[in-house]
Amino acid sequence: MRFALFRRKPQAPIGTRPFDLLCITVAAVLGVHAPHLPIWFTAALAATLGLRWWQRRTRSGRAPLYLKLPLVALLSAAVIFHYGTLFGREPGAALAVGLLILKLLETETSRDVRVGAAFSCFALMAALLFDQGMVATALVALGLLPALATLRALEPARPATTLPRELLPALRLLVASLPLALLAFVFVPRLSSPLWGAPNASQSRTGLSPDMSPGDMSELLIDDRPAMRVSFDEAPPPKMQRYFRAYVMWSYDGRRWSTRDAGQTPISIEHGPTTGYTISLEPNGQRLLPALDVPVSVPERAQLTSDGEVFTDRPVNDAYVYAMRSATGYRLQAQLDARDRRFALALPAGFNPRTLALAERWRAEHGTNDAATVQAALALFHDGGFNYTLAPAPLGRDAVDDFLFATHEGFCEHYSSAFTVLMRAAGIPARVVTGYQGGYWNTTGQYLLVRQADAHAWSEVWLQGRGWVRVDPTAAVRPERVSLGAAAASATSDWSPNHWWLDVRNRWDVVNRWWNQGVIGFDQLRQHGMLTPFGLQDTNAGTLGLLLAFGGSLFAALGLSWAMWKRPPADPARTAMQVLERRLAAVGVARRASEGPQHYFNRAARALPSQRTELEQLMRTYLELRYAHEKPPVDLLKDFRQAARDFRPRRVVK
Amino acid sequence: MLATFRRWQDWAERRLPALTRYKRAEPLPIVLHRRRVYIVPTGFGAAFSVLLLVMLIGSLNYNNNAALLLTCLVGSASAASMLVAFRSLNGLRLTAVRQGHAMAGEPLVLQLVFAGGDHPHPSVQIYMRDQVDAFSVAARGEVLIPMNLPTSQRGWQPVPRIKLWSHWPLGLFHAWSWIHPDQTVLVWPRPETSGPSPAHAGDAGQHQRLHQGEDIAALRDYRIGDPQRHIAWKHSARHPNLLVKDFEEPESQEEWRLDWRQLSQLPTEARIARLARWLGEAETVGRPTSLWLPNDEIALGHGRSHYTRCMDALASLP
Repeated sequence: MRFALFRRKPQAPIGTRPFDLLCITVAAVLGVHAPHLPIWFTAALAATLGLRWWQRRTRSGRAPLYLKLPLVALLSAAVIFHYGTLFGREPGAALAVGLLILKLLETETSRDVRVGAAFSCFALMAALLFDQGMVATALVALGLLPALATLRALEPARPATTLPRELLPALRLLVASLPLALLAFVFVPRLSSPLWGAPNASQSRTGLSPDMSPGDMSELLIDDRPAMRVSFDEAPPPKMQRYFRAYVMWSYDGRRWSTRDAGQTPISIEHGPTTGYTISLEPNGQRLLPALDVPVSVPERAQLTSDGEVFTDRPVNDAYVYAMRSATGYRLQAQLDARDRRFALALPAGFNPRTLALAERWRAEHGTNDAATVQAALALFHDGGFNYTLAPAPLGRDAVDDFLFATHEGFCEHYSSAFTVLMRAAGIPARVVTGYQGGYWNTTGQYLLVRQADAHAWSEVWLQGRGWVRVDPTAAVRPERVSLGAAAASATSDWSPNHWWLDVRNRWDVVNRWWNQGVIGFDQLRQHGMLTPFGLQDTNAGTLGLLLAFGGSLFAALGLSWAMWKRPPADPARTAMQVLERRLAAVGVARRASEGPQHYFNRAARALPSQRTELEQLMRTYLELRYAHEKPPVDLLKDFRQAARDFRPRRVVK
Repeated sequence: MLATFRRWQDWAERRLPALTRYKRAEPLPIVLHRRRVYIVPTGFGAAFSVLLLVMLIGSLNYNNNAALLLTCLVGSASAASMLVAFRSLNGLRLTAVRQGHAMAGEPLVLQLVFAGGDHPHPSVQIYMRDQVDAFSVAARGEVLIPMNLPTSQRGWQPVPRIKLWSHWPLGLFHAWSWIHPDQTVLVWPRPETSGPSPAHAGDAGQHQRLHQGEDIAALRDYRIGDPQRHIAWKHSARHPNLLVKDFEEPESQEEWRLDWRQLSQLPTEARIARLARWLGEAETVGRPTSLWLPNDEIALGHGRSHYTRCMDALASLP
């Protein structure tokens, strides 16, 4: 025996329209999740969806249990096979989308459809955890349309329309509720710290990495997604000085450059005037914050190493905005201690004999004149028949030897790596620095757009009395790389970008920046400071809640007045008559529901004998107005309205 | 305890018209307005708000403003749907209740006439005595909703309370109003199943009488006073004069003069049942009848309207 509470009433199967709309909703969910799901997984789910749709068109019916259980098991197995686990952001999202599509297999009643549509809303939101760009958000919001239309299609006795027209009322509802949504978005108090662990950084994010071996960056250099946007407090620095330093690499094992643990040594720097700027960094899952040249002041929760690198205390998984000041004229680490010197000269033994021999020759030639050695190396790159290409020939074990004496082609990584090895071999302390160089100056938004393709690698050499000095060997080979940017530098290579398209995208980027700053970057700090122009210095959660309640009631009042608004009657004679009825009712002569005008006026005349003549006149006019003409004459109507307005019943003193 | 509940119920009836099924009867037309439309979330609405809360906390926790914006959008659309649900009922009018005919024990068909206000009323559902139906009314439109009213005894029977509700547009909110039209409908008495025929009150007239009947007997010339619908237009077109169809029916049935006083030996309800049976039998064969009742006297006649009049008179006997 079962409890009555759990006995479900048998529900009638739904029609085709709600089911079609639900299928569209689920397809939209699958579509917005497709970019981060494996292709075979998406294809399998899409096929399941299509099969179920086709099956229900021919004959309705739930999938039997012996089909559903293996499918759920198969789904879980597929997720575990690809991600290794069921938990976490990516596997969780894949599982949710899969379960949503399997839910379609047993969707027959309106309750199932409601569950499916509600869960679709949740799955749509989950898609925003992967990409919260403007276009992605707009697409996800469009995915709400079929979801709402599905719920709407479940209601009985609604007017029948075509499928595309079903979406229109949902769009109207969303647009009408947009103001309230924006109010809530602005005033919902943000959390200062997460309630539970924030999601792990995605492994597949591209960007600069803390180590480098020549050839690593070739994919990065054709990736034209934005890396960061920089706006300067004053005029932007000239193109040749737009070097954004990220990682400083000391250790070299013959193939790969990597950073060293700088320890807690404070930075030693003497600098001239500084430049203030604000960087809005795209999420890259790393703790490092790129900075223009050498930063002198860093944002909160970030620290500056002695090499001039800036690290935050947690990885940048969402767009991150920070302000800094940097010096472009400086003397960095004027005194190099023995330990650092040893580091900056270290070379692995048994690699690149021809390079070492060349460096020995230069050293013998120039002696202690380090600047002359640097010039000799740059001259070699400039005149030695070197090519700038993003698709260089592969290098062997003695990578620098192969590059300098055999292939003669490569890009920034090859040049900086070879140059640094040459310098170290010649006894000059040197290191490799990676970062970004160049960028597109957006005049509309007055900011510098730096793309991943602007990633660059160069060298720094330590010269007596001048500290670390930047040397960009790539500039010796192809000066356009520095003066015009990455796109111009590689234009003659095999990879040729569509300049026109890139230009359009560079201009369009101002919208993305606005979205990043206005929407994604609207955090607790910005929220608390947003009412400063209105005299509220720090808007805390209580004030925000109060404002939210106040604004919400304002919208509620607006909505209620819309819902209760009645069109005023378009009949002026009736309106005038109603005024008259109200006045007469006030002295005790209320018109009854089924009382005709003549009877009513006669009754009123009996009750107010002193105004009998006026009332009889009014009655005659009204009756004529109502019954004598096909279309009431304008002056008669005017007379009646005037008379009705002027009529003041005098209470009879008994 | 019971007294408290009764007092609370009285208070609710006074203060909250149309909230409960205890709504007092009121004259037609009944207009739904803000004072008598109530709204609560449906079960699905409650579950959906929990889902929205989860989405809100999730997006706040992950500091994901795009997700928060989406959550706010869905949330405010749900809140707006509450107003739409209210508006679906607001301004709806019950203008008339038309009744069909039914014997006691058979369901009586009521035609509820709903008129729309100055905006459409989509997906309104109606509940009356375990029956549910759905309809939508266009702006300033009118719909007739047939509802079956179960009957048990003859006489005047009040129209029961009716619940109107709507889950429009998203099924998140339940807006409802109880209406109780101050209307009564007349239920005819149930005829007895078998019994004697009435005593013969007149000799059998076997002659054929020309009478208004169904079959066309002949065409004749038009005479002043003939009804227009009897004119045979097609035939008249080929003839100098107007021709009129002459109807004829074999008047084979003798008249029954039914009298309340003839059945004085029976109790009241049995008398009524017998008279109802006689009326029914006479109606099926087209026999002319007259009926004498203590408070009414109906002259000789036949046909549907005559039958209806007689049955109404029987039904409204005290």
